[in-house]
Amino acid sequence: MRQILFMRQILDQPSAARWIAAVVQACQRIGVVLVASGVMAAVAMLPVHAGDVAASVLSAQQQRIDVMRRASAAAVAIFAGEAGGGSGVLISPDGYALTNFHVVQPAGIAMKCGLADGRLYDAVLVGLDPTGDVALVKLLGRDDFPSAELADSDDVEVGDFCFAAGNPFLLATDFQPSISAGIVSGMRRYQFPAGTILEYADCLQVDAAINPGNSGGGLFDAEGRIIGVNGRASFEKRGRVNVGVGYAISANQLRHFLGLLKGGRLVDHATMGATVATSADGRVVVSDILESSDAWKRGLRYDDEIVSLAGRSVRTVNAFKNVLGTLPAGWRVPLVYRRGGRREEILVRLAGVHTAAELANIVEGKSQKPAGPPPSPPRGQDGPDQDGGHRQPGEPAQDSLPAAVRPFYEARRGFTNHHFNMLERGRVARAIAADGELTALGGRWVLAGRLATGEAFRIELSDKEGMIDLPTGATRVDATGELDLNPSPPGSGGMLAALLLWRRLVLEGPEPLGRTSYWGTVPADPVGFNEADGPRLVDMLESSVAGVEARFTVGGDGKVSGIELWTAPDADPCEVRFTFALPAQPQDLPRGMPSIIEVRHGNELFGEFRVEKAALEQSAGEVGGGVLPATETGALPGGGT
Amino acid sequence: MIRHTVVVTAMVIGFLVGRADAASPQETIAGAARKVVKIHGAGGVRGLEAYQTGILVSPAGHIITVMSTVLDADELTCVLDDGRRYRATMLGVDPSRELAVLSIEAEELPAFTLAASDRVPAGTRIFALSNLFGVAVGDERVSAQHGVVSAIVPLEARRGSYEVPYRGDVYILDCTTNNPGSPGGAVVDWRGRLVGMLGKELRSSGSGIWLNYAIPSESLAEGYAAITSGTASSAAATPAGEPMRAGFDPATLGLVLVPDLLDRTPPFIETVAAESPAARAGLRPDDLVIAVGGRAVASRAALQQALSALAAGDVVRLSVVRSGAIVECELGPRPASGRNR
Repeated sequence: MRQILFMRQILDQPSAARWIAAVVQACQRIGVVLVASGVMAAVAMLPVHAGDVAASVLSAQQQRIDVMRRASAAAVAIFAGEAGGGSGVLISPDGYALTNFHVVQPAGIAMKCGLADGRLYDAVLVGLDPTGDVALVKLLGRDDFPSAELADSDDVEVGDFCFAAGNPFLLATDFQPSISAGIVSGMRRYQFPAGTILEYADCLQVDAAINPGNSGGGLFDAEGRIIGVNGRASFEKRGRVNVGVGYAISANQLRHFLGLLKGGRLVDHATMGATVATSADGRVVVSDILESSDAWKRGLRYDDEIVSLAGRSVRTVNAFKNVLGTLPAGWRVPLVYRRGGRREEILVRLAGVHTAAELANIVEGKSQKPAGPPPSPPRGQDGPDQDGGHRQPGEPAQDSLPAAVRPFYEARRGFTNHHFNMLERGRVARAIAADGELTALGGRWVLAGRLATGEAFRIELSDKEGMIDLPTGATRVDATGELDLNPSPPGSGGMLAALLLWRRLVLEGPEPLGRTSYWGTVPADPVGFNEADGPRLVDMLESSVAGVEARFTVGGDGKVSGIELWTAPDADPCEVRFTFALPAQPQDLPRGMPSIIEVRHGNELFGEFRVEKAALEQSAGEVGGGVLPATETGALPGGGT
Repeated sequence: MIRHTVVVTAMVIGFLVGRADAASPQETIAGAARKVVKIHGAGGVRGLEAYQTGILVSPAGHIITVMSTVLDADELTCVLDDGRRYRATMLGVDPSRELAVLSIEAEELPAFTLAASDRVPAGTRIFALSNLFGVAVGDERVSAQHGVVSAIVPLEARRGSYEVPYRGDVYILDCTTNNPGSPGGAVVDWRGRLVGMLGKELRSSGSGIWLNYAIPSESLAEGYAAITSGTASSAAATPAGEPMRAGFDPATLGLVLVPDLLDRTPPFIETVAAESPAARAGLRPDDLVIAVGGRAVASRAALQQALSALAAGDVVRLSVVRSGAIVECELGPRPASGRNR
């Protein structure tokens, strides 16, 4: 019946009618008698483009079909047993897939994932971001999974074509995803959290049908790149079905958190320790601020007007929450504020929204007791398909997991899956080792040069001791004892401690250094937020050693680019930033040796050390080949103590 | 399969046609959204939203929107696409079309031209721009949805148990526009021309489903002209000779029912006004109404709805239970007056 109706539609079209008339005429000419139904059957069998459809239209259509087929291949149907399930999307050939926290929460550590190839794969939970409703899982068993690339979601415009590929209502029993297409309805939307979790900040709003079960699946652009991960919809009077208002976590937010998630962490979102409000004259001003916050320490005060955060201008309270909601706790971001007509720019270190214990409780499904507003979402705003119950196993015994998953899971408090932290730590360690020249030079390191002010300096680092000789005097740190004895900058013992740990990291790797884990990724340079492509991200290692906490940023080339060193959790760290290969600098420094070492503490610059000579010994007493002989170091500017 | 191909092809053609025009869909939406405002007024309690949408129809700050409880506020705020906020005053309403015109003190605003232009045919691709769910705040742009005009039909709809007074043609859209905050939103074609305005949240009186519809721009133009010239009135709304079928209050029959406190409050009669049709028919306090015109009514709401469904002049027959027995009462013709909101 449907087909007859369809044919009538075709026949109503003048061009099709003309075409059929031509066919009938042709048939009569060759003497073939056909009953009308036969003609109609023939019409039904023929592709429609036998009519007047332009070739460009057909090719555009074919292109779209191809894009959707590729996206479908990367779509994951996640099954959390009786508790429900949802969707996911593969982002790399080795099987990493993004999905929602609320999709995997009932599943726990191990789950089954179906792909469009019709096969079912074991998958293991890697990282969780309950606040942002994001989870990273890894499908096992292949290194050539089909995957889709993360787009730059800041380039997305309202009106752009988009489509979702997922598992709405868990229809995909054969793992073939459902496609729903639409347009981007809104950008930079803010959707209030339920309590303190499932906050959708700076999200994309689409009119493509997002139904329960679509959660966690990819939202794709016309080229098949991932612009977001679907996860939420506005529901109202029709029950829990699409009303043309779905929300997706932006690809750029996902990119900010991906490093932390890959490190197997239980990730937290950021707070600045300050709240903002709209003033009577429409400005966004600081309405409350904690004196313990980094923002306060950097100078932010009540009634200061917020101009921009992390490179984005802030004209409404929503805009402020939108920017903040896409940032991980622990990052430093630029903040511009105005006070009495004066514009100030500071770097603010963001704190976590939750304590580690609170996060762990959320993940284990224990009741969340937020200090803030009641956890019921506002009317009409609802996280989809959370009706799967809370069968969260917490930290399951290793042997309760499927055999295929067991080698990929290691429980540790504060982590989602510590196994992946060790993988990432190993990757960074190999990059450091591969960088080369420094790792073989296990003896005394002597660096000499001039400060930006022109005065000479000399730094010596060895297994036993660190020494810095400045015009103002010399400072020594015992490398074998606790490193928190000599407080940061004044001397600066903090700088020496940081450099000693750097030397040990480069020579020995993270494992012998102390308790060292992979932190995740951070902006290589916080000011990079102002660039069009956003900040370039680099890896960071975190060490707890000899009474101090140190964090090392490591570029993709394996070079350590900065060190932060804390002697107490609430104190400002000593910050050491390396710059490599200044053009005006003599280039005889070994690879991995910075040409500029910038040292800061709090709001103060301790010094900018321009390294002119570096004498690195291969091992104790031995002179390094290709670098300055130790005897010559006495002639270096500022040498001799 | 071929059906699918045709649909997809039509979509592709649609995109190509849109692209072949001077403006891309993105540009069309951005241009049209500048002429749409977010309206904040009364509400925010008991499921009534305090926000809706409006359309700028003159550069001097006239905004057309739907007449609703949101506008029953001492202070109405309109927020433009660029975030500018204005206090709005009510210029007037057209109850027959359920339209209202607001005014803000501004100049040289981007605005739609309201002309009694030709209707667009069914099949026209459209964008709907609205402040749905109030998700757009301040300078955030209203939401854009895409769809097609599915049909052009006379509106037959109700809100709660009340028939809506508008009886003209509306565009039925295959786009879920029936959302809180959407009323007053702009429906534009792919060239950005105003096709119509999203109406209030209504259900079809035939099927009970929520309607996704828009009031055609020609009706908007008529309503706007009527309001700005001061000729709009509810009297003009009802075509001569046709009975008013708007909301209806049992009080006009002399009936006061028990307060509607429960989901399904039983329709007990609380008091009967002296000398009223109800009193003359012999109804008494504590009677439980069980049917209207022989059709069962299980709750107060159902009774109200059944009474509303009667045309003025229809004979009102109630069946009540009194002391365990069923008593039939005839109240005479339903009065024409008694519409309430």
